[in-house]
Amino acid sequence: MAVNFVRPSIPKLATDPWAIQFDAQGHLKHLLTIEGLGPTWITRILDTAENFMSVTDREIKKVPLLRGRTVVNLFFESSTRTRTTFELAAKRLSADVLNINLSTSATTKGESLLDTLRNIEAMQADMFVVRHDQSGAAHFIARHVAPHVSVLNAGDGWHAHPTQALLDAFTIRRIKGDFAPLRIAIVGDVKHSRVARSQIHAFNSLNVGELRVIGPRTLIPNDIEPMGVRVFHDMRQGLKDVDVIIMLRLQRERMEGGLLPTEQEFYRLYGLTEEKLRWAKPDAIVMHPGPANRGVEIESRVADGPQSVILEQVSNGIGVRMAVMALCMSAES
Amino acid sequence: MIQNPPNLGIDLDPVRHPEGCRPGIDCDTWLIQGARVFDPADQLDRIADVYLADGRIVGIGDAPEQFPHTQVQKIDAKGLWLIPGVIDGWARLREPGLEHKATIATETLAAVAGGITTVCMPPDTDPVLDTIAVARFIKRRAQLSGRARVVAIGALTQGLKGELLAEMAELTEGGCVAVSNAHYPVRDLRLLRRALEYAATFDILVVIQPEDPSLSKRGCAHEGAIATRLGLPGIPVSAETAPLAQLLAVVAETGARIHINNLSSRAGVRMIAQAKADGLPVSASVSAHHLWLSEMDTDALCGNTHVQPPLRSLRDRDALRAGLEDGTIDCVISDHQPHETDAKLAPFPATEPGISGLDTLLPLVLKLVDEEGLSLARALDALTRRPAELFGLNDSGRVAVGARADVALIDPDAYWTLDEATMRSAGRDTPFFGWDFRHQTRATWVNGRLVFERAT
Repeated sequence: MAVNFVRPSIPKLATDPWAIQFDAQGHLKHLLTIEGLGPTWITRILDTAENFMSVTDREIKKVPLLRGRTVVNLFFESSTRTRTTFELAAKRLSADVLNINLSTSATTKGESLLDTLRNIEAMQADMFVVRHDQSGAAHFIARHVAPHVSVLNAGDGWHAHPTQALLDAFTIRRIKGDFAPLRIAIVGDVKHSRVARSQIHAFNSLNVGELRVIGPRTLIPNDIEPMGVRVFHDMRQGLKDVDVIIMLRLQRERMEGGLLPTEQEFYRLYGLTEEKLRWAKPDAIVMHPGPANRGVEIESRVADGPQSVILEQVSNGIGVRMAVMALCMSAES
Repeated sequence: MIQNPPNLGIDLDPVRHPEGCRPGIDCDTWLIQGARVFDPADQLDRIADVYLADGRIVGIGDAPEQFPHTQVQKIDAKGLWLIPGVIDGWARLREPGLEHKATIATETLAAVAGGITTVCMPPDTDPVLDTIAVARFIKRRAQLSGRARVVAIGALTQGLKGELLAEMAELTEGGCVAVSNAHYPVRDLRLLRRALEYAATFDILVVIQPEDPSLSKRGCAHEGAIATRLGLPGIPVSAETAPLAQLLAVVAETGARIHINNLSSRAGVRMIAQAKADGLPVSASVSAHHLWLSEMDTDALCGNTHVQPPLRSLRDRDALRAGLEDGTIDCVISDHQPHETDAKLAPFPATEPGISGLDTLLPLVLKLVDEEGLSLARALDALTRRPAELFGLNDSGRVAVGARADVALIDPDAYWTLDEATMRSAGRDTPFFGWDFRHQTRATWVNGRLVFERAT
């Protein structure tokens, strides 16, 4: 049947969700997801972080970059490590920091997310660091904040946790150098992991040699290969010749949802023990975004062992978050 | 007589009355001149004058005997199309129960402005449409509004709880055109089987929305590459096909007439095709937005693409288009769900599902004809004659002498863009803002009365 071509209709939906991260001059304004940053921006953030790491080693651990600015930690979901490292990063940049834990207050009283936002905005905040249990929450907030406010995503649902991925990339780069020859394996609950999604985008942007995800079918989401990973269900095959092993946290609720029979079986098949670690390259490093469940996804001797860089990740987190805050705030000034 | 009801909180369009006309007497006599007239049942497609009187179509081409020569309202319709008014098989008008989203008055106006003359309203109102009283209330409100005809789909089970059968026979005697449990599941298969048996006793059409609540639990998007990338909890295709398979097995035993509402997947279309080939009394519908959008449109994390069932893959969308063309899918519905702005102002998974569809039902289907090669005859059939037949609205869905004078006059070259100003529904939750359309409704008659005319 002949098709009459009328006027081309351009669906207005197809705006890139990550384009909002940049202002009109192309500067980074918000950090919501790794997608769209590309190798240039990721490298710029990592290089900036490298500069800030020296601040951390000084006697007076402060630079006046964000003096007089207010950073609001807006956490709709509980967190210790991420919130404190963001707080520390902001303080080292001389910003004023306000911590608001909303998981128990306003939102449970039926106040809408937007109302909460408007109220805090009225307190003259310059930057929101947001964690929320719904995918897309950070984008939603970035779309609705006042134009001078920057938004940093500190984790939204299963979607993204970009600063975690950046600090992981930073840690790997410091130890291993170039990404091109590396094989990286992400092990465990990829399906519910915002960390894994952001890591996949980050490592692929940095041209990683090979990226693998390892886990049972219940914890690996459908159609994940287009994101640029190879899927393995067997730990021994998956860890073969791997340079970096990233273990993901397994939430105990997963047993109730029927995704796994027991913690013991998961540990036996996918938990990182000293024995399984030997299947990887001898100089492989072990990472974990924390908090680790010892005896569920990782053995204590591995977590505390010579190949583990888990604590380095935490200290690197401060430098990377300082870099992101400084870059995002410099966009609007 | 066209009267604007008092205190409905909206500004209804003024309806044109000529000078010296006695509304309700003279105005009900119309001569629509020179339109291209379509009747899908007769495959009629020709330019002719159409005469309306006393709520009926009384003549096509030649003036009927005793057609008055004075006091006749004439409309010059050269270059326009006259089609049967669209019958929308599934549209929520939000009244009673959710009047903050929309009302029968606002939505029936949106309907007629979109060429829709009959709206079938599902029973998930509050109170539930499981008694004659609620059905009568809705009918009365629709009459007061004086726009589109609203027909009710009664409840299959009391309170839609899936525990006790609703009084289906009484509901249908009271004017309900079908029964349904809307999107509430009937978990007990034995009860579902008995409900179908009972409905079959009285030859009542049962409308089923196949969705397994355990498989779709917490999901908000099609389980596939896009949901994986965006970290959205997925709804697998089996949430549709698994309950559909169970249902078809039960239908084969009970012989009940069932209508599968709002099909979303390629596998679902295949199952319907097979069931029809097996001679089961099954029909199906698809929403207009599923014919145009796919999971790819979820990309912007825009709450206006959060619908149930979810927008699936491009292959699914293409299978739905093919199913509509070959008749596997009988009709197209709006699946209209107007929302207040706040319902969509949240991160994608936290928004309420559903979009406002009355304004775009006819334009989207005719856009398929224009741009995607759907035949015009099938398109009109799926919007008018076929739903009329399914829901037993025997004198509707036609432009034929003796049929109800529910007709719409369409400008086939209007070229317009959907935006805040052109949208009529109280619900602004549409993903189609900014879309260009070619066809636009110019005027609509319901029961022989001009209920909508677009200012030019």
